[in-house]
Amino acid sequence: MPVQPFRHSAPAPQPAPATGPSPLYRRYLAAQRRRRTWIWLSRFAVLAAFLLLWEIAAGRGWIDSMLTSKPSLLWSSFREMLLEGKLLKHTWTTTLETLVGIVVSMALGTVIAVVFWWSTFASKVLEPYVVVLNALPKVALGPIFYIWLGDRYSIYGMAVAISVIVTIMMVENGFREIGRSKLKLMESFGATRTQMLTMVILPASIPNWIATLKVNVGLTLVGVIMGEFLSSKAGLGYLIIYGGQVFQMNMVMVSIAILALLSIALYGLVNLLGAWLKRKNHFEG
Amino acid sequence: MAQIEMRDVSLSYFTPRQETEALRGISLSIDNGEFISIVGPSGCGKSTLLSLISGMLKPTSGRVLIDGREVAGTSPQVGYMLQHDHLFEWRDVLSNVLVGAQIRKMDRREADRKALALLERYGLGGFARHSPSQLSGGMRQRVALIRTLVTEPDILLLDEPFSALDYQTRLQLADEVHGIIKDQGKTAVLVTHDISEAITMADRVMVMSRRPSTISAVHDIRFGEGVIGSPWAKREAAPYRQYFSTIWKELQAHAGSAV
Repeated sequence: MPVQPFRHSAPAPQPAPATGPSPLYRRYLAAQRRRRTWIWLSRFAVLAAFLLLWEIAAGRGWIDSMLTSKPSLLWSSFREMLLEGKLLKHTWTTTLETLVGIVVSMALGTVIAVVFWWSTFASKVLEPYVVVLNALPKVALGPIFYIWLGDRYSIYGMAVAISVIVTIMMVENGFREIGRSKLKLMESFGATRTQMLTMVILPASIPNWIATLKVNVGLTLVGVIMGEFLSSKAGLGYLIIYGGQVFQMNMVMVSIAILALLSIALYGLVNLLGAWLKRKNHFEG
Repeated sequence: MAQIEMRDVSLSYFTPRQETEALRGISLSIDNGEFISIVGPSGCGKSTLLSLISGMLKPTSGRVLIDGREVAGTSPQVGYMLQHDHLFEWRDVLSNVLVGAQIRKMDRREADRKALALLERYGLGGFARHSPSQLSGGMRQRVALIRTLVTEPDILLLDEPFSALDYQTRLQLADEVHGIIKDQGKTAVLVTHDISEAITMADRVMVMSRRPSTISAVHDIRFGEGVIGSPWAKREAAPYRQYFSTIWKELQAHAGSAV
């Protein structure tokens, strides 16, 4: 929050008096509100200006609409694809794959991080493998997943492969950052390893876990789209690749726009979940 | 009979780089209900001594006995209070106070009742459902003490419990904690680097030397008949200065040899 622009000569009064906010404070609040409204309006204005410029440029022939398409064409092809039922089906496929990918890689990553926390020996032994797997471009594994898992399940393979390693490393790092002395306190009460895990390690790493989840959403989407590029017969990634092959720029761009909306929706969902988890566990502030 | 006894205890830490001899040949004996302070130069292994009594560390040689039995691991008989309160922010005050009881799998209802009674008795009655972040530093440390008391230890180990607090809170809390411990009739071992705190709270002050540490002196603190009471009152009494300058000089001697 920016500092209030008005100065009081008296020391700041502690709680607000029962008479309600002072006129100065009310003016400050109104200014804040105006500012927020302006920011939102400007955001939409930027988008509108971009679309308008695009439309005009394509209409006047400044740019080749064969290559760039244009907003009005996108809109009609969006409605067309929607009516055919194609768009919903493909969007749903991608959404489901992403959600499953996120859940699986978060669960798997957390479990593996717990194993590493539990056994220092295991974590030391496996450390170089994790480093190598992290550095390896997971896309290179695409053909393997396709051959092993088939065109549908290879998507999940790719999604999890891309996001799980980072998840393990972030969650494990979070575990390590929890103060030694919180665990010493637990030890002084004679806590077992399981009790330390459930009473301190897991609850204390909720904020870190949420941060990991946010990173995971982005990575899993990359994995899903990558997987669909390589092998799938459905999903937004498939639509994009297919549209490119038959030179249907409308299809490509509509799919990309939907993908952008999907990622915003997922990110919003994760934010809500995170805020709820933090509030529930008193991590706010 | 001595409640806590150490017989010729030594402890060394090992790391791949080096071996550090922290304690050498420590012998002491603490009676039931006694309040002992331990002072010494920083890094002399005062906290290590507490970890040995609590059973979190095993001596390299020598024996640590509580009520005549050798210490093997942590026991419900010993409560530990750390420098920081380490209240869990994801739990409210009451459930923080119950952490120890939960770990020790004590009867839930009984522990609840005891926790609420202790909170009430020591001025935190209205705060059971507050979150720790809503409490002041002094209140948080009192909650930490109650968390230890709920598990009903006979012995309390206090590892610089006031050092993270501001001066005023510290003096006040020293009074309160001293009152609570005497009120509950516990044996207490306080580790501190604050000489005033050591003198005014304890029945005996032990001075430790630099590493490898031994106990270099033990002072019986007597304020004479009539002067009983809070640490604060003792600061005003005549013998206080004498004790202070004696212990100060001893610590200076240890510090001097370090340069």
